[in-house]
Amino acid sequence: MIVPMEHLLILATLLFALGLGCVLVRRNLIMILIGVEIMINSAGLVLVGASAFWQQVDGQIMVLILMAITAAEVAIGLALVVYLHQQKKSIDVGIFDEMRG
Amino acid sequence: MIATLMFYLLGAVALGATVMAIIQRNPVYSVIYLVKSIFSLALIFYLLGAPMIAALQIIVYAGAIMVLFLFVIMMLEVTPTNAATRTAPGWFHWGPVLLLALTLVALTLMLIGLDPVSSEGVPRWHASPRDFGYTLFKEYALAVKIISFQLSFAAVGAFHVGMTERRRARQEDAS
Repeated sequence: MIVPMEHLLILATLLFALGLGCVLVRRNLIMILIGVEIMINSAGLVLVGASAFWQQVDGQIMVLILMAITAAEVAIGLALVVYLHQQKKSIDVGIFDEMRG
Repeated sequence: MIATLMFYLLGAVALGATVMAIIQRNPVYSVIYLVKSIFSLALIFYLLGAPMIAALQIIVYAGAIMVLFLFVIMMLEVTPTNAATRTAPGWFHWGPVLLLALTLVALTLMLIGLDPVSSEGVPRWHASPRDFGYTLFKEYALAVKIISFQLSFAAVGAFHVGMTERRRARQEDAS
């Protein structure tokens, strides 16, 4: 382990907070998906760090599964973005408010 | 201990690139900065003893997912919310790009020249692609099958969502 585990967790936490802020603040659907990507990346960083900490390969397998899940999520998410853009000619999240009570 | 120093530098590059990706108005710039962040994370993975995951991070994330983002952004032709950033001086645009790119290139070159054996003379732990493959296809064979199912479900779902409008138009033409 080249660095203390705490520093790695701090880096991953900062990345996760940045991604969460991107999801919460930005109003563009594509930027929201990018924020989700950032958060998933930070989760992968924690998994690889745990794999190095305990010197087991399992954490890296989890990262591979995480990548496949991300690919599926992005495929569905971007298809939905394209669909919504066809419906409304906009990808601002403020437009999609028909379900408000 | 050069690897430790490189970890902190790469972490700084990843954080900086992520911050720039979030504050950009134009989604295309944002995706490019995110690619830079992903590259530095891949180098961190390599330093932490995961060369296979580092390669897959670059191939899958930067090569497939980010290019998919770029395809959709350019296909939708969404105009950026404000294009009035031209008043800022030139270094405002080029400075962060140049700084992050040069740091990343320098660190990559250092990583190429890095001795795989750590300074104490003890080989640092790393999972070779052989170990990775054995563990993946022996202990986690069921997970591989589930993941392949899930990817095909995602492909079918994306196909369904993308085809709805055209199919509806065809049904209206037929009726």
